[in-house]
Formats: sequence, C-alpha cells, structure tokens
Amino acid sequence: MAATKRLLLAFALLLPLIVQAEVLAPDRLDVMYHSYDGGGATIDGPSVLIRKNIGNSVAVSANYYVDMVSSASIDVLATASEYTEERTEYSIGAEYLNDRTIIRAGYTSSEENDYSAQTGSINISQSFFGDLTTLTLGMSYGEDTVGQNGNTEFEEDVARRRYQLNLTQILTKSLIAAFNFESAVDEGFLNNPYRQVRYLDPNAAQGYSYQKELYPETRNSDAAALRAIYYLPYRASLRADYRLYEDSWGIEASNWELRYTHPWGERWLFELKYRSYEQTQADFYSDLFPYRDAQNFLARDKELSEYTSDTIGLGVTYYVPEQWLWVFDKSTVNLYWDNFQFDYENFRNVLAEDAVVGEEPMYNFDANVIRLYFSFWY
Amino acid sequence: MKYLSRGMLLLAMPLLLSACSPWVKPYERAHLADEVMSFDRDPIANGYLHHVYEAREAARGADGASGGGCGCN
Repeated sequence: MAATKRLLLAFALLLPLIVQAEVLAPDRLDVMYHSYDGGGATIDGPSVLIRKNIGNSVAVSANYYVDMVSSASIDVLATASEYTEERTEYSIGAEYLNDRTIIRAGYTSSEENDYSAQTGSINISQSFFGDLTTLTLGMSYGEDTVGQNGNTEFEEDVARRRYQLNLTQILTKSLIAAFNFESAVDEGFLNNPYRQVRYLDPNAAQGYSYQKELYPETRNSDAAALRAIYYLPYRASLRADYRLYEDSWGIEASNWELRYTHPWGERWLFELKYRSYEQTQADFYSDLFPYRDAQNFLARDKELSEYTSDTIGLGVTYYVPEQWLWVFDKSTVNLYWDNFQFDYENFRNVLAEDAVVGEEPMYNFDANVIRLYFSFWY
Repeated sequence: MKYLSRGMLLLAMPLLLSACSPWVKPYERAHLADEVMSFDRDPIANGYLHHVYEAREAARGADGASGGGCGCN
C-alpha cells in the first residue's frame, strides 16, 4: 500500500510536466516593405501578414504579398529589352492544436501576367519527451501554368511536390538544435520561355548566336540542414546553420551561416550575420555551346552555373513603448539590410566590350535587400 | 496489492518516461523561451528572405520555413 501511495505521489508531482501542452502563437499583425536591388533588377512591394487565434485550439492566418519587378538584368540586356511586371500572392492558413499536436494547412495563389501558381500544403507537428523534441512532417503540392507574353498559343504546366521532415531538439537549457530534410519533385515545363543559350556561330557578326534553352521535364532534389542556437552567458544568442543540397540535374550546393543576436536595454535588439553559399553547375549548363543544338538539354541560366555567394546582414528591432500604441500588447519597428555578393565561375559577361568570344570576364554583381516592417501583437 | 502496484507502474511507464526524460526541466527553460532563441522570430521577414534565396540560388528546401516554394519563375 505504501508503494502504491509513493507511486501516486510521484505521479502527482510529475503530472504538471506530463500535461504541459503546446500553445498557439499569439495574435499578430505584420506590415512589411521589401526591396531587392541588384544586377539591374529591382523588385519591391508590400507584404501584410495577419494571424488570429479562435479559442485556444484554432488559429487562422492570411498573407498578401506583391513583387513589383523592373528588370534590366544581364540576361534581359543581352537578348531582350527592359521590362516591368507585377506578381501578386495571396495565402491563407489554418492551425488546429490538440494537446501536443498541431495540424496546419495552407493554400497559396500567385499570379503574374505570364505565370500563375497554386500551392496547397499540410503538416503535422508533435512534441515528445516533456516537449524537448518536436517532430514535424509536411508536404505540399503545387500546380503552375507557364505562359509567354506576346504568344497567346503558349501554355505549359508544372507540378511541384515537396516532402519535409523537421526535428527540433532542446539539448541543454541554453542550446536548441534542429534537423531539416526536404525532398522536392518537379515535373513539367521547367525552363524559362524567354531565356536563351548562346553558341558559337562563325556566320554571326559577334561570333555567336542564341537559341532557346531546353531543360529536362523532371527535377528531383534533396536537402538536409542542421541548425543550432546557443544562449550566451549574457543575454544574447549565437546561431549556426549548415545545409547540403543535391539534385538530379547534377547540382550540388552547400551553405553555412553565423548569426549573432544582441538585445540592448529594454528597447533595442541588434542582429549581425554572415552567410556563405556555393554550388556546382547543372550537367547541361554551358556559358557557350560549341554549335547549335549541341546537346539534348541546354541551359545558360546563371542560377544553374557554378558560383559562390556571400551575404552580410545587419538588422535592428525597436520595441515601441506601450503608451505610444496602447491598442496593441506589443509593437516593434524593424529594419534589416542584407548585402549579397555573387561571383560566377563560368557565366561570362557578354556585355563586356572588345572581349574575345568565350573569354569575356566572369560576371559578378551585388544586391541589396531591405526589409522594413512593423509588427503588432494584440 | 503487489500486482496492482506493478500494473500501475507498467501503465504509467510511458507517461513516466515521457515526463522523466526531460533533462531540461520546464522551469529551466527561461533562456530557451527568450525571443533571441527563436528559429523563426518574425515569419514575414524570414519567409521573404527564403524567397530571395530560392529565386537566386539553385538549392531549395530544408530551410525550416513551411509552405511549398514561391510559385515564381
């Protein structure tokens, strides 16, 4: 009997640990202006994200996002003329919480004048071992319709599938780590209907001509990432990320990142980061093919070439005093700036003057990305 | 009574295991709950940066963000 009592007592003491359930994230509104400027392209626009809990177990969210594009990139200048376009994206999502399980479903619709995409996603998260471990399994399916301006006859489809596994683990009272794995399968028209490859042409005045690029109709990829955040002896954190990637087009990539986050006083939070990315080229990529139709598949997209990219990021968050915006529980103003430097190993700058064909200097450019956003918790 | 105790212990084992195994107790998680320890502190800003990465890099996926790509070309 005494043993039973001890057992019941132990059970009662441990009960708070056992029944400590997950909770949904708080209600929140974010309004952002985003801007990308680099390589002759500027893309900017607004994004608004709102999230609202309904009771203790259901949350809904919606996102409105616009990309306003003005492009005179090297591809555009080499084979076409500057253009502007706009992409509008709407997303809705819902979450259902039951004890330690969260089920999420989402739908995104993206429209531009020559491309439309619809994507549905679902995932399920479960926490284990006293909420030290959280496992999330997810998948998404998207259908895209590819068009071409000036060619009403042209319409192609793409089907996109993604499968995700995320494992988050609390390792110590100051260290949390995550493992992410994702497989993607794309089928359909995967090249860009406007982009062209160049090939040596002795009959052309400049020594080369262009023809349309042609990609395989399937692309499978796997990516795995490890991340960790460590709470430093004072109130600040250091984050490290590493990701490996490979796909059926022969591209292998990796990136790593270090991020330092440092609050200052009650009102400020600063962030500093460095990210390094590198990739090999696709099997069917070439900057200059030896002749027309040189291969079954042809690509000269610089994103399929071999290159490195380095990014430095700085950010600041200001916590607005409550009395200034008393209708909200908490408000922040945030400004984040990232500078990307892209250095291509086998994509040449065809705009370089007086260069021998195939010996033009390698292309490089830098881009500035701004995120200015206001967040309100209510 | 002995069998009852053992039976209860057996029934409680999975619960006890899940409760005993947290080597970081809930009351020791103050640092972990701090927003500087979040992988996704501001989803709107995080999601946008992943959109930039996917548009400018061949690699995609395993970025910790939910959803299924940007649907852009």
